[in-house]
Amino acid sequence: MSTTFDTVANIISETCDIPRENIKPESHAIDDLGIDSLDFLDIAFAIDKAFGIKLPLEQWTQEVNEGKATTEQYFVLQNLCARIDELKAAKGA
Amino acid sequence: MQIEVFILVDRIRSLSIEDGLVQCDSAVPVDSSIYLGHFPGHPILPGVLLIESMAQTAGWLILAHTKFERFPFLSIVNEAKLRDFVTPGMQLLLEARLLHEGSGFFKTSNRVLVDGKVKCEAETTFRVMPFPSPVFRENVIAQARRVGFPAELVPNAG
Repeated sequence: MSTTFDTVANIISETCDIPRENIKPESHAIDDLGIDSLDFLDIAFAIDKAFGIKLPLEQWTQEVNEGKATTEQYFVLQNLCARIDELKAAKGA
Repeated sequence: MQIEVFILVDRIRSLSIEDGLVQCDSAVPVDSSIYLGHFPGHPILPGVLLIESMAQTAGWLILAHTKFERFPFLSIVNEAKLRDFVTPGMQLLLEARLLHEGSGFFKTSNRVLVDGKVKCEAETTFRVMPFPSPVFRENVIAQARRVGFPAELVPNAG
């Protein structure tokens, strides 16, 4: 069974045509991988589908814009995967 | 289809939030200045207008979902296939099906049929945002009434 990170990394690789080996848990989706907000819509769609969740992108964006959170909290992949795991657990609870 | 004002949906035939499906009718104009260039002696509806017609169709479905509180702006077109010519006078059946409602975006699968034959198809992604102005929202609601949006789903303007 693949890990959350493997699934997310494969989605990013396929969606954005980024070599899989360049995608690491510590990669920042925006700063390191160059993923923009439009590309992230495709990624969010694939993640939502893959895990049966709904990434709260609007809430995250609002928190970042209001200075209540940093982009690292949501867009460094290991942090993103932790959020996905939380959403999966909340769904199953 | 009013090409000159970019209103490409004539009438909503059916719309179901539960089924995530909208069907619309649109008649391709017999005469249009567009055909003077596209193409002289071989008039066909430009593919970009077919894609826009699918986007406008999907837009009505999304407006039903947002209850006219947020407007869908076309952001991504995927897997567009223009399978056959669409010519003056054709009666189009436009269909859009909801694939996914995400956080701040919707994704739909769309197609255009003539006499049961698929002429083109595409997947579209829309960002949904608050209406930029009350006047814009009122105009969209007025247009919804003109195209036969289900009356019970149309909010009172204002």
